[in-house]
Amino acid sequence: MSATRTALRTVVIAYLFFLVGWPLWMVVQETFLSGENHLVSTWEDPAVRSALRVTLAAAAWAVVLNTVFGITLGILLVRHDFPGKRLLGLFVDLPIAVSPIVVGLALLLAYGPVQGWLGRPLAELGILVVFSFPGIVLAVTFVSLPLVLRAVIPVLREIGMEQEIAARSLGAHAGQILWRITLPSIRGAVTYGVILTLARAIGEFGAVLIISGGLVGQTETATMAVQRFHQGFATGSSYAIGFLLALIGIAALAIVTVLRPKEHTRGN
Amino acid sequence: MPTSALNTPAPGTDAAPGRLRSRFRSTPRSRRRRRSTLTRPAGLALGISVLWFSLLVMIPLALLLISSVEDGWSTFWDTLTNVQTANAIRLTLVSALAVTAVNLVMGLLIAWVLVRDRFPGRWLIELMIDIPFALPSLVAGLVLLSLYGPESPLGINVLGTPASVFLALLFVTLPFVVRTVQPVLGELDRDVERAAHSLGASRATTVRRIILPALTPALAAGATLCFARGVGEFGALVILTGNRPNISEGAPMRIQSYIEVDNTAAAATVAVLLLATALAATLLVEILTSKERPR
Repeated sequence: MSATRTALRTVVIAYLFFLVGWPLWMVVQETFLSGENHLVSTWEDPAVRSALRVTLAAAAWAVVLNTVFGITLGILLVRHDFPGKRLLGLFVDLPIAVSPIVVGLALLLAYGPVQGWLGRPLAELGILVVFSFPGIVLAVTFVSLPLVLRAVIPVLREIGMEQEIAARSLGAHAGQILWRITLPSIRGAVTYGVILTLARAIGEFGAVLIISGGLVGQTETATMAVQRFHQGFATGSSYAIGFLLALIGIAALAIVTVLRPKEHTRGN
Repeated sequence: MPTSALNTPAPGTDAAPGRLRSRFRSTPRSRRRRRSTLTRPAGLALGISVLWFSLLVMIPLALLLISSVEDGWSTFWDTLTNVQTANAIRLTLVSALAVTAVNLVMGLLIAWVLVRDRFPGRWLIELMIDIPFALPSLVAGLVLLSLYGPESPLGINVLGTPASVFLALLFVTLPFVVRTVQPVLGELDRDVERAAHSLGASRATTVRRIILPALTPALAAGATLCFARGVGEFGALVILTGNRPNISEGAPMRIQSYIEVDNTAAAATVAVLLLATALAATLLVEILTSKERPR
């Protein structure tokens, strides 16, 4: 028994070491220990800073849009009944499962300035969606769409309606109930969803690659800069931005891990 | 008159079917299905949400479907039977299936160690499981390339081989099975296992007859998520595979090259195939998890 346990433990540790641990350590090594500090030299490139700015701005938009959408639809799906509810609940999970490159193509077909079904009329009005910042926002919002919603739904189910009913019987109107009862009780879940959204939006590559046009210094995102440096054999710079993105991702992960047990204890 | 009053409850009279139908209609189940509980502001909010969802997701995906068959079914079919495209699709599907198989075994093992084993540094394993979720997939490709690329200290170079697709998918799908199985394994009643043991069941029998059946829905859900993600993965392939036609080119890469040469119909065709796979996977997970929920 003890022998199997040790064997299993060793297999698992070895597997994770070769698949995740060691490769990750190599990136740290390439970034910092290969002679010069690439993080500093890369940071001084104005194109890189612009790419990071675009990435962060688009991710912020995605967070705002998906939080509003997630909370609204979450409350509607849990607290109300309406025709087509099951179908809607099914479709909102779809964006996570779709390949990012497919997302990019679908958005191009809808919002492209030439062939786009909605994009052409918009372009005639002088609004450019694809190959400009709004397109990047659409792409990262699409790929992270259900994350807040998914985080919010189980908590809404669990807290039930007693408090809301009590509040209503004491004379609170719908706005007060939403603001003082429902929203405070899902705050943790929303934070969790927001961090996941942020991480997903910052790391998006495929959809953005198709949609943004990738003009260096204007519509290039951080992940696209990683690829540009990689293709130009500027390995150090590409590892440096990669390291920075990994750091953001892992920081998000750490925060999520800290938040997660709270949900658990509430579950018990 | 009195006779007709007597007859009313009997079946076959005019009144009975109508009343029967109206009673049938007002069963709680059908009422729940038909009536909506939306207040006016809630209805407005739903309208705006659905509109936004349609503009962002449903209309673009519908246009994708349309443009895949816009030039006729023959274009659709020609694209899928194009040698290079067919090879790319095959490589993606085979790699995703293989990765799913590996994940079923390794995911179960990792979940087992995380739930049943206690040792210092276990938190590090917990962290490593989630890293593929947190890392941008492009960076994941970069990370893997550093150890399994041309400058590999191990002397293993997967760049430009079919194995690169497998490795890339293995990394990005790591968390799915672990994270779906782990909570279910944690909730399992240990008493049942002890009972099986006290009744003379061997360790292997207990695993096979008691533990695995309880984990099957979670394993299936995790495997489906893993497969769907594997089929759609793009960023890690860009960096790691070298993208050699017919050898290490995956289906998502094929879509990108079709878009680059402005062959939208062909790109949409391959995309629809990936989309159908994703949709089937989502449906399957929904079915598997909704079956599990009442327990």
